[in-house]
Amino acid sequence: MSVRATDRACDAPLIGLSSLDELWFQVAGTRCNLQCAHCFISCSPHNKTYDFLTLDDVLRGLEAGQRYGVREYYFTGGEPFLHPQLVAMLKATLEVGPATVLTNATVLKPEWLEELAAAEQGSPYSLEFRVSLDGPCPEINDPIRGAGTFDRAMVGVRRLVEAGFLPIITMTRTWDMEQDTEIVARFREVLAQQAGYTRARLKILPRLQIGAEARRTCGYRPSERVTAEMLEGFDRSHLLCDHARVITDRGVAVCPILLDFPDALLGRDLDEAVEQPFALCHGACYTCYLHGAICSNPAVAGTRRGASAGQSDPATDHPAS
Amino acid sequence: MRLALFGGVYNNYLALRAAIADAKRRGVDGMYCLGDLGAFGPHPDRTIELIREFSIPCVQGNYDHSIGHELSDCQCGYTDPRDNYFAQISFDYTLSNTSAENRAFLRTLPPEIRLNVHGRRVLLCHGSPRRTNEFLWESTTSTAFLERLAEEHAADAIFATHTGLHWQRGLSGGRLFANVGVLGRPANDGTTRVWYAVAEFSEHGRVEDGPVCTVDFVPIEYDHRRLAREMRAEGLPEEFVETILTGWWTTCMEILPAKERRRGRY
Ligand code: SF4
Ligand code: SF4
Ligand SMILES: [Fe+2]
Repeated sequence: MSVRATDRACDAPLIGLSSLDELWFQVAGTRCNLQCAHCFISCSPHNKTYDFLTLDDVLRGLEAGQRYGVREYYFTGGEPFLHPQLVAMLKATLEVGPATVLTNATVLKPEWLEELAAAEQGSPYSLEFRVSLDGPCPEINDPIRGAGTFDRAMVGVRRLVEAGFLPIITMTRTWDMEQDTEIVARFREVLAQQAGYTRARLKILPRLQIGAEARRTCGYRPSERVTAEMLEGFDRSHLLCDHARVITDRGVAVCPILLDFPDALLGRDLDEAVEQPFALCHGACYTCYLHGAICSNPAVAGTRRGASAGQSDPATDHPAS
Repeated sequence: MRLALFGGVYNNYLALRAAIADAKRRGVDGMYCLGDLGAFGPHPDRTIELIREFSIPCVQGNYDHSIGHELSDCQCGYTDPRDNYFAQISFDYTLSNTSAENRAFLRTLPPEIRLNVHGRRVLLCHGSPRRTNEFLWESTTSTAFLERLAEEHAADAIFATHTGLHWQRGLSGGRLFANVGVLGRPANDGTTRVWYAVAEFSEHGRVEDGPVCTVDFVPIEYDHRRLAREMRAEGLPEEFVETILTGWWTTCMEILPAKERRRGRY
């Protein structure tokens, strides 16, 4: 089922895993209560391409993660909070390491958040929430994420703040880059006024032109690819696939972005998937190359010893959840 | 055997001077610095001259590498535009105020220092043993990951800095990781103190006999008002001065994980 490096169809450069620092769980598969127009894996209430993981899958993942010396764990989907055992999974994770969950914040229940806040308090590790909200107002957000989603997500942000969390709000940029500063300033005001969030952490992410987004706007041009020359002198730690793998119900994938492409599945289990290099032949790889490990929290982005920081802005956040 | 371990100085030569005096009072057997002599504060040459005057062995931090080689930025690894804006102000100031001789000195610093203390392998590095500008925060660094670093880098005790916040964690077999904090700016705790670490190694040197060493974090009071005055006189941003005077971070914060961020004011 995995496409071996030798019989791949493209001659893109190969990237091997240099260190398993991040372990991701595709915990909700491709199931989401929303159906955003820019979702790069086209999640929806009916998309069962990937299914839920079981609590057992996660516990086994955590065990393997400890064996590999994983630094941080990430939970994504779809919408992770659709999973009835997500709270139990996050609590188990906080016993062994830091956890980040990528959510659209529209289905959060105050009692879950209370339970999670208590678990985080009893752990040396952080529980990070990354909330996808695509602009400071319904006029910008709702055409992309669906009618009423701005207001619903703001309710979720308020609940997070009331539970004592400082969620990172991630926006996919659907405006001109020159407007970034103005959008961020407006968003700060709106979050303070409508969600009581006065210390907002905000990140802007580039669009990934695959999945639903390719249909909404356009896909990548054939010239927008990573080549071997481009990787010369490039610090590969800027790419998530250099230091992460994703556990899904169908096997272990190279990254959470390319799940719709068969070559992304590298093995049945982690032991298999850590050995497999990956050919960077997708347009999305080009976006990663330009913008860095967009999926990770900033703390993990860095450069190897002696290497120059170079390459644009090395990390922002998660593309979509 | 007791070692004084200084983290990033960030041009805070007044705090460094106070820390050296404190360590000498305690009668430590050695003083080391884990890098990032420049940034943030005033008069970079004064810090470097103290390091040289007391012959304090120093690891090359990302800042020292950047200033030494006259690169265009500090390689701190920030990702937020506002953080980068302020980081650039410090960097440009430090670069234009570091003498050519001191830049040459910074280029000679090693990326890590290894010591053998009573048979235990001690590794002094800047960010992490594998990456000069890796941030090892307490709340985003799993114990399993630290165990792996200790294994892969053949060390019984690993000391790092770079984040600005001190913490430590015991590992298997009596091994240990500690982030020694920094002398450059307060620890985002609402006090004007800055921190360094004293590591005390017992002579047994055998795993079964317990931890490699114990680490005490030492708070240092110094003339922070004078530092603030000098920073203003040098035209450094009021945001930096506020941190020195209040103990709360005002810049370069987006990199903080949730738990560490929550403890601060902003
Ligand atoms: S999309 Fe990004 S993370 Fe995924 S394989 Fe390509 S470069 Fe790596
Ligand atoms: S972008 Fe996120 S919230 Fe929107 S459909 Fe995809 S997974 Fe769901
Ligand atoms: Fe540093």
